Amino acid sequence: MANIDLDCRGMNCPMPIVRVSQTLKTMAVGDTITVNADDPSFQADLEAWVRMTGQSLRAFSTADTVRTAVIERTR
Amino acid sequence: MPPEMETLVARLVDARVEERLRAAGVTDTNRASLLVFSGDMDRLVAAFTVALASAASGLEVSMYFTFWGLTAIRRRRTFAGKTFGEKLAGLLLPSGPATVGTSRLQMAGIGPRFFRRLMRRRNVASLPEMIAMAQELGVKMIACEMSMQVMGIQREELIPGVEYGGAATYLADAAGAKVTLFI
Repeated sequence: MANIDLDCRGMNCPMPIVRVSQTLKTMAVGDTITVNADDPSFQADLEAWVRMTGQSLRAFSTADTVRTAVIERTR
Repeated sequence: MPPEMETLVARLVDARVEERLRAAGVTDTNRASLLVFSGDMDRLVAAFTVALASAASGLEVSMYFTFWGLTAIRRRRTFAGKTFGEKLAGLLLPSGPATVGTSRLQMAGIGPRFFRRLMRRRNVASLPEMIAMAQELGVKMIACEMSMQVMGIQREELIPGVEYGGAATYLADAAGAKVTLFI
């Protein structure tokens, strides 16, 4: 199970979601992406994106302005 | 029920529902259809933000450009073979998305320049970047041929990869879409 690190710091809506979705397409089911982003709407957008695409949000944490999310490709 | 079995049952039910819907002719439920009428930078940025987010969320996206909206997919001006009126219209309209104005605070061109600078400083993608990204993500773009004729815009003035159609082309996409927007 591989993990890809994705740095979306400095990017604004909708680019972090676009990058996550592009990266996911290159991965196998079971692989994970660890994303760092400081877009203020990142958490709300990512949660909505996960609901729509049926992927899985494994972890989410916030340190200062940087949000870190771990997403697993489940389908 | 053990969770593995629940997942399996859910997946089987989903597959069966999808199969039934397809058999009943209910298809294309995962589409966003945008009718882009405006040629204002702020409105176009909103349209492409939604289009990119939709494409990233697994929706098929169809954008239909009509009237002022055609500017978003214009890449240059041509004058050869046009009537005087068409040449004038071509000259008065922006030559592409990089030079469009804003819907408010236009202030003889100062407003758009000011907003472009603010967006760049905030690292918000520019309109031309968003359009290129939309093409990369497979967003379908359709140009309204009737407005092209009215404004004297020829096919070679639009970006490659654009499709052409009329109101029925738009409706065929919009009728099967989950999300429809007029911008």
